[in-house]
Amino acid sequence: MGWLNHSLRRIPVWCVYLLGFLPLPWLFYLGLSGGLGAEPIKALEHEYGELALKLLVVVLAVTPLRRYLGLNLVKFRRALGILSFLYVLAHLLVWLMLDVQIPSQMIADIVKRPYITIGMAGFVLMLPLALTSNNGSVRRLGSRWRQIHRLTYPIALLGALHFLLLVKGFQVEPLIYLVIILGLLLLRLPVLRRKSVV
Amino acid sequence: MARRWTNTLTHADVTPEAAFWNRRQIIAGMAGLGLASLAGGAEAQVSEEVLEPNSWEDVTSYCNFYEFGTGKGDPAAYAGRMTTSPWSVKIDGLVDRPGEYDFQQILGEMTVEERIYRFRCVEAWSMVVPWNGFELADLLNLAGVQEGAKYVAFETLYRPEEMPGTAYRVLDWPYREGLRLDEAMHPLTLMATGIFGKPLPNQNGAPLRLVVPWKYGFKSIKSVVRITLTDQEPPTSWNTANAGEYGFYSNVNPEVDHPRWSQATERRIGGGLFARREPTLMFNGYEAEVASLYDGMDLAKYY
Repeated sequence: MGWLNHSLRRIPVWCVYLLGFLPLPWLFYLGLSGGLGAEPIKALEHEYGELALKLLVVVLAVTPLRRYLGLNLVKFRRALGILSFLYVLAHLLVWLMLDVQIPSQMIADIVKRPYITIGMAGFVLMLPLALTSNNGSVRRLGSRWRQIHRLTYPIALLGALHFLLLVKGFQVEPLIYLVIILGLLLLRLPVLRRKSVV
Repeated sequence: MARRWTNTLTHADVTPEAAFWNRRQIIAGMAGLGLASLAGGAEAQVSEEVLEPNSWEDVTSYCNFYEFGTGKGDPAAYAGRMTTSPWSVKIDGLVDRPGEYDFQQILGEMTVEERIYRFRCVEAWSMVVPWNGFELADLLNLAGVQEGAKYVAFETLYRPEEMPGTAYRVLDWPYREGLRLDEAMHPLTLMATGIFGKPLPNQNGAPLRLVVPWKYGFKSIKSVVRITLTDQEPPTSWNTANAGEYGFYSNVNPEVDHPRWSQATERRIGGGLFARREPTLMFNGYEAEVASLYDGMDLAKYY
């Protein structure tokens, strides 16, 4: 694992930002040009939302990967988290501006439809994390910074639940996300932590 | 049939019927679309757009046929492996002449005509599809409906080796649907065998599917292999999967929301990334033809 960690250390963080950001305009371009099929609005909304969820899964995997496999990705965690927020924001904007379109409808949806309430709750919880994802905040907040950023756990669960509740019929894909996220959270239980090598 | 339904929507629908125009204007007005008066012909453009059939590409690439997967593109990608010839439909239950009806034989007996219908999915998107087909009533009369029959049950082909989506129990396969007998005998109710003058592509429910234009799309069951006349309301797949979200009737109704989304508006497929939502019409625009079927019924209760 040493050589891998060594090579990873040499990758500048801006590469992750750039690679992670590129799908955002690219998917939008595909939506404009017919590359997302006959109904590009729902497709784009879904692509952004699922990318955000995938990035959250990677963020949650950073600690277990280091603890159990010795793979160190901590350097990239902030970038991955900020990118996830960016895609949640894009997902929300597509829903708001292109999908629902009608402001009164939007508010009614947030209040009346549990899966949208849950999605919005996840977004709201992400705001303080996005705002404190900088060195200044880490310094200023000290140990509280870590506490605040544990909000990532409920956020990921809300994201998976949001996906699970919006599909029709019994579908496997959102369940896979939920199981992976639950697994990654269980790996953080103190019972397991004691047994692991440091 | 006492009265056959005649098509009002055509490919080159430049001057639609006055009554239809008025209805859309009233509904657009109720929805508070004050933009129409500002932009002169804007409303007319919207109406024309609604009448124009979708492209072959739209109709054949954006489908729900969960036997082939839950993605909209899955049916187009995987339905090709479904064997549609030979094909027969088992007609049984309360009929005079039950049995296996060969698809080619059925075609020989029926008069295929074009019907351009609005198609409204329960997911709040819509298309206009030029179907080719015959009235279900004609097929039922071929089998001879018996006195006590009150409902018609339908079943889709269930052939796991040709249907990758059935590996998951998204729904309780085989897919089932049903209609009340008077709905089934209504002249608007079609058994489609084609679109755009060509045989039905597999993803659209080849070789024979139901089309009930005033109900949400999932009622229009695809690739039908069995039709049963019964005296009891038959179980239907989506209703069985989630009765709170999908009723037996599932008539298009802008006033009765799906628990997870509004049904007041819809998005016409094919409008691109900036397509505007349009108001959904009561009974999908077929109110004059079918509203009497539900006289005295509470449509919020029997959704």
